[in-house]
Amino acid sequence: MNVTVARLTARGLLGRRRGLLLLALPVLLLALSALIRAIAGQDEGTASNILGGLALGTMVPLVGLVAGTGAIGPEIDDGSIIYLLSKPQPRWKIITSKLVVAIGCSVVFAALPTYFAGLILFGTYQNLTLGYTVAALIAGVAYSAIFLLLGVVSRHAVVWGLMYALLWETVVGAYVPGAQTLSVHQWALSIGEKIASPGVISSSVHLPTAVPLLLVASLGGAWLASARLTRLTLAGEE
Amino acid sequence: MTTISIDRASRWFGNVVAVNDVSMTIEPGVTGLLGPNGAGKSTLIHMMSGFLPPSSGSVTLDGTPIWKNQQAYKQIGLVPEREAMYDFLTGWDFVLANAELHGLPDPGAAAQRALATVEMEYAQDRQVSTYSKGMKQRVKMASALVHDPAVLLLDEPFNGMDPRQRMQLMELLRRFGAEGRTVLFSSHILEEVEQLARHIEVIVAGRHAASGDYRKIRRLMTDRPHRYTVRSSDDRALAAALIADPSTAGIELDYKERALQIQAIDFYRFTELVPRVAKEAGIRLLTVSPADESLESVFSYLVAAK
Repeated sequence: MNVTVARLTARGLLGRRRGLLLLALPVLLLALSALIRAIAGQDEGTASNILGGLALGTMVPLVGLVAGTGAIGPEIDDGSIIYLLSKPQPRWKIITSKLVVAIGCSVVFAALPTYFAGLILFGTYQNLTLGYTVAALIAGVAYSAIFLLLGVVSRHAVVWGLMYALLWETVVGAYVPGAQTLSVHQWALSIGEKIASPGVISSSVHLPTAVPLLLVASLGGAWLASARLTRLTLAGEE
Repeated sequence: MTTISIDRASRWFGNVVAVNDVSMTIEPGVTGLLGPNGAGKSTLIHMMSGFLPPSSGSVTLDGTPIWKNQQAYKQIGLVPEREAMYDFLTGWDFVLANAELHGLPDPGAAAQRALATVEMEYAQDRQVSTYSKGMKQRVKMASALVHDPAVLLLDEPFNGMDPRQRMQLMELLRRFGAEGRTVLFSSHILEEVEQLARHIEVIVAGRHAASGDYRKIRRLMTDRPHRYTVRSSDDRALAAALIADPSTAGIELDYKERALQIQAIDFYRFTELVPRVAKEAGIRLLTVSPADESLESVFSYLVAAK
């Protein structure tokens, strides 16, 4: 972990439009939760739909996508990463620092808002809110690592990320049950399932499958990103 | 004494060969890397700065390969050609961050010293995005100097600078060279390189075309067959008088164009010869123009001659 890299990353991420985008999603979630609570009252089904579908299913991957790819992609695109790389710093330290910032963003802009939305919608009953919050937290870590890797590997990281989060996890997952085995969303749900009261949250992946896959995705993503950054070349400028 | 050695290095991208079997040694003092655009200068600098592995051959800093060797950056300061550089920071924050990333014991003092060296203290509290091109170039310099490196690599540092900024930067680089640092900069302008570099390496179409001090390079570039198109009041008489002199190798009487195509082999003597001969014979010169003076043709002559 390098404080300077983290500071530069955070300033780059939170500055300008990207910061507003990160802020807009949780504000929307909280406003919607307050509205629904006021109109529909306290209802487990509604709360579960909002927290599972909107918060964990949409907001967490989107925030992870913006934070994960945004933590490194733009610097590689415009070439300013050269100032980080032309230093006697191991590349894994640069990746770790950026990952920590991306995860921090996921916590602040996705996991915490999920918690507050849960409180507004359903309070602390049946550990529903806690279950979804922990799921959001863990999904945030995995998404950050995966999308950071995408940011290092591809110049079209956002497109690939959107295809994964929206097409694979949502659309493909709905029709092809097997696809859900490779879904961060389902892995995180399986952990939420254990925390909440029985029957409140359900996942299509079992915990013994989900935990190793989460670890592989998060640690493997970070490791691959470091390896890839070590071999980053600057070419084709002439 | 810090030396960069390039030994039979080639670099290709797919089917395109960007650098072709180049060997050179960059020693302390100022070296200019001269060549037309697209000759492979940036590719060479990327290899010297550890951002590109050679496809074959080796690029080493005092005997240690630079690729995938992050410790080399303790000795290398790099001024990249691209302008992007954390525009949302102030000049001070940017240089300070670079000092911190080097793990210097007192990054604040180092940043201050570097900004003072490039005379940018007056604007250090402004955001980089508000800087002019020349100011950005100087802050990039400061970031490269912050750890007092033994080697300084600059990719097209004079691009887009006004004459005053150019003078300042040249003065600075000259000073670094005199201090015993290994300074290498690339440029496609001979005059620029000539003014500054003690030693010049010429690269053309990915190949090492020439190497030497500016006098040698200048001579190589002028001591080559020059082609001239000459029109006069009496082409035949002029041709007869010129061919008698050893500075010309061939003269063709171009009927259609009504002009002489002259091949000169001794540039200085020929340029002095033409007006004198014409005057003595009472011939009026109407046109004297060099036929192929583009930098590219000069450079390709060098490649062919090697």
